[in-house]
Amino acid sequence: MSDITPSQTVGPFFAYGLTPKGRCEWAPNGSYSWKETVGDNLITPDATGQKIHIEGRITDGDGVQINDAMIEIWQADSQGRYLHARGEQPRPNAKFTGFGRSATDKNGVFGFDTVKPGAVAGPNGKSQAPHIVVCIFSRGMLRQIYTRLYFSDEAANATDSILNLVPADRRGTLIAHKEAGTEPSCYRFDIHVQGDNETVFFDI
Amino acid sequence: MSLIYPKESLNAYPKHLSPEYKSTVKRSPSKPLIIVPHTLSELTGPVFGHDAVQDGDADLTKQHKGEPLGERIIVHGHVYDEDKRPVADTLVEIWQANACGRYVHIVDQHPAPLDPNFTGTGRTITDKNGYYKFITVKPGAYPWGNHHNAWRPNHIHFSVFGQSFLTRLVTQMYFPGDYLFPYDPIFNSVPDEKARLRMVSTFDLENTIPDWALCFRWDIVLRGREQTPLDNDEH
Ligand SMILES: [Fe+2]
Repeated sequence: MSDITPSQTVGPFFAYGLTPKGRCEWAPNGSYSWKETVGDNLITPDATGQKIHIEGRITDGDGVQINDAMIEIWQADSQGRYLHARGEQPRPNAKFTGFGRSATDKNGVFGFDTVKPGAVAGPNGKSQAPHIVVCIFSRGMLRQIYTRLYFSDEAANATDSILNLVPADRRGTLIAHKEAGTEPSCYRFDIHVQGDNETVFFDI
Repeated sequence: MSLIYPKESLNAYPKHLSPEYKSTVKRSPSKPLIIVPHTLSELTGPVFGHDAVQDGDADLTKQHKGEPLGERIIVHGHVYDEDKRPVADTLVEIWQANACGRYVHIVDQHPAPLDPNFTGTGRTITDKNGYYKFITVKPGAYPWGNHHNAWRPNHIHFSVFGQSFLTRLVTQMYFPGDYLFPYDPIFNSVPDEKARLRMVSTFDLENTIPDWALCFRWDIVLRGREQTPLDNDEH
């Protein structure tokens, strides 16, 4: 019998502690004085590979923007290495943590500056297509919801073992689309918490 | 050490949709979640160095010129995994209302005073025994718009990381014997009573400091236990 501590909602008031730089004007002068521990810019001097921008909008079941969400991402570096004791290879670029956190703005928009992750090991000795694990918190969510972000310009998506567990007609919700003519490349990844075009969330 | 994360442990969690808490109605997934195996991407997670916190971050009573009003309290405990092994070096972040039940967040405009000497946020890294400790003031109860005369029981919000991206936990710590428990749909969204009570701290007289501060103890148990030969490999 497990005795884990249950989850509770992050509530509406986390910004001054968790995302003090923020994207909404939740503080009189636009940001709180509390030093940010984790931010939405993951790029460090030792980060190698292709710099990218990720941007998306999160909406509820009525299609209304969620302006008080917190989006966290976890990813490997450009060569598919996680910075973690369980990562299988040593990582020379240890300043690039692969972890980021973004608030949403008044339009429900979040964003990250990072590098495109490489392919990482997957089930049955097959590698997984480049992807980012996404974890979402907000008022009205009693527990976090997990999804994944894949990239529209990766042929490996077709054979990715996780994507292939998703019904084909819903797979598209996990694909971030590269916007033409952006430099660094901008990938758009909207999240629909509920509704006709509901994003795929994972039971993990 | 290789941990596994049995999904049954999550039975202690609230359902995504708990209609008594109205905001869940439009903010919970309506389609079935897709079951996928845990891969390296889920079994790894962010690690934090001690540079993630600064001296004094864990004392919420010393972040301004003067001391905040309210009952000074110590909140401490351990972070464990499901086998009761300590989770060392993990980031613990907290935020809370002031003694009057008011958050500094600009959206909180209910008519209770702000305290110029209190922000209400802190963080620390657990030591090698998984131990954490904060000094703060007891947060007040506050009204919210969920239903007529809705008030949240006193609580401190906690954010904890643990050993992988699956152990990530955001929750709330409550205080023993709160008369608002029966009326709070967030607290009661946890279906099992024993699990609910695991969110409630205990009064700790032994570590209460005479003439200075009451103490509350609260242990946090994250997902994850050691794989035994009997377990099927879930990965
Ligand atoms: Fe709260």
